Amino acid sequence: MEVIRPDRLITGRQSNEKITEKISRLILNNKVHPLSWYVMIGAAFMVLQVLMLTITLLLYIGVGIWGINQPCGWGFDIINFVWWIGIGHAGTLISAILLLMRQQWRTSINRFAEAMTIFAVMCAGLYPLLHTGRPWVAYWLFPYPNVLAQWPQFRSPLVWDVFAVSTYATVSMLFWFVGLIPDLATLRDRTKVKWAKAVFGMASLGWRGSAGHWFRYETAYLILAGLSTPLVLSVHTIVSFDFAVGIVPGWHTTIFPPYFVAGAVFAGFAMVMLFLIPIRAMYGLKDYVTLKHLDWMAKITLTTGMIVFYGYIMEVFYGWFSGNIYEQYMIMNRFRGPYAPFYWSLILCNGIFPMVLWWPKVRQNLRALWIVSMIVSIGMWLERFVIIPASLHRDFMPSAWGLYTPSVGDWGMYVGTIGLFTFLMFLFIRFLPIISIAEMKDMMHRAKHEDHSAHGEDEIHHVDPNDNVLEVAEVK
Amino acid sequence: MSSAIKKRTTLYGLVAEFDEADDVLKAAEAVYDAGYRKIDAYSPFPVHGLSDAIGFKCNLLPWLIFFGGIAGCLGGITLEWYTSSIDYPMNVGGRPFFSWPSFVPVSYECTILFAALTAVFGMIILNGLPRPYHSIFNTPNFDRATQDKFFLAIEAIDPRFDAKETERFLKGLNPVVVSAVER
Repeated sequence: MEVIRPDRLITGRQSNEKITEKISRLILNNKVHPLSWYVMIGAAFMVLQVLMLTITLLLYIGVGIWGINQPCGWGFDIINFVWWIGIGHAGTLISAILLLMRQQWRTSINRFAEAMTIFAVMCAGLYPLLHTGRPWVAYWLFPYPNVLAQWPQFRSPLVWDVFAVSTYATVSMLFWFVGLIPDLATLRDRTKVKWAKAVFGMASLGWRGSAGHWFRYETAYLILAGLSTPLVLSVHTIVSFDFAVGIVPGWHTTIFPPYFVAGAVFAGFAMVMLFLIPIRAMYGLKDYVTLKHLDWMAKITLTTGMIVFYGYIMEVFYGWFSGNIYEQYMIMNRFRGPYAPFYWSLILCNGIFPMVLWWPKVRQNLRALWIVSMIVSIGMWLERFVIIPASLHRDFMPSAWGLYTPSVGDWGMYVGTIGLFTFLMFLFIRFLPIISIAEMKDMMHRAKHEDHSAHGEDEIHHVDPNDNVLEVAEVK
Repeated sequence: MSSAIKKRTTLYGLVAEFDEADDVLKAAEAVYDAGYRKIDAYSPFPVHGLSDAIGFKCNLLPWLIFFGGIAGCLGGITLEWYTSSIDYPMNVGGRPFFSWPSFVPVSYECTILFAALTAVFGMIILNGLPRPYHSIFNTPNFDRATQDKFFLAIEAIDPRFDAKETERFLKGLNPVVVSAVER
């Protein structure tokens, strides 16, 4: 058995056997799941019922159960759509962009983040689907020859959105599935339960790890990453076009695409940490998701947070620089209008508070990091609130002004999708490997080779696993 | 072991098991150099250089993906052109019917979608998957091939294959064990 310490991305005494055992037992061994798993999935299941109830009511009564009305035709539905889509983007960033940049530390967290992407896109998709009012004819959004002799209006950003989000959902699922194939084969070969063997065998497509297969697999995976990178940037760009192409003051700015993409990554990393910090503690995965990973994720959160904050400053600047009274009024209305508390909380949550991540002590303190992630998630939700109702409620004609107040139906949908997301996440933790088994072994193998060339073979075998500054920091 | 080789007609090949990735890599090179061509190596993770060592060459997939992307791009733009200018022309703010700048996002997404679908299904189909049964699964201990062991197979249909000679050769490559595998 070798002991390897590749820059602390994976700690403790490791071997191929141990990695396989440690990750696959979460699925194959019923006894490793702590009571907290049952508590969490039970709670999430109950919250999920709120969603079921709200959707039932919505289908029965109509979108009138939401607080949307003129002048705010977009409310919680679009706020939450953009919020969820944004959360999903961290998964693609971690799995695709970091892969292209050869950031090996992504290996421990990519599967988890990709799952999060898919579930977040599912939650996001519900909102526009139900917002159509008649979701049973939602297929009208897609171009198909029909008896109405009509086609979608391809000059509309809302049609672009249909293509962007459905492509994003499809590609994310494909990417996730391709990553899962070798691990499903590992599970097939490890499980002792006959039916589970059949299920994993089918799901893994009979993967046998042939060298030629691996070659094509890696080619496909790398190209998929290359395709996902422009995809993820385009998806939130197109989401921002939903606003930026309109002429509503507060929406009509060219900074929207980059600022939305940065905001998405910001919110997404916060959500990854929000889930990963408790789960790595629950399942003893501290050797695989080390403090170094969390430290780097915190740094990305800080960086994107500053880009977002720059976006807020530019919005104010544009408002003034445009010389347009409606734009100027919109900014003053944000500062002092009926939704001013939301605006200032947003600045506090996204602009000021994440600055604590400059301190390494905060980045390595799990509780502090978890709290910061929570604040960022709230802040990003507030950002969408400030962009949508706070721009719509007072646009051009004062006679057309109004206020938006979310209804019980709005809150039911929002809380309900959080329940759906949590429920799916905990199902995923139970039934699929949350860390890529094959990629962890690959990383260990590569690290071993690097260590061989760097220090010579003997040194590796004498690394003391307790000699780990980060682990000591964690105990404190 | 030699008793298992008796039934030649049903013999799939000889499979050597290794503990380390580096050992299987060296063995694969040696086997290829000895002139065997119907060979394959199995590993729990992609071992760099192993596909070269067994003489695997196939660069079809990137080209397929490229053409998939082109097809998506052209398909997207054709769809938009046909629907907006021919089948259902609609005057939107006096813009031309074929207002191509507005058509970029959809054809862009179609490019990515088609390329990604080609990448995944191309990889699966070229690999001959899904294939739930394969003779290599009969190898003793092969369930470790997806966990922590490495395997190198020489198929019986290889022209240079000779049950005794090949077995002796494989045993010289430092394997844990060499097994004869039935079809």
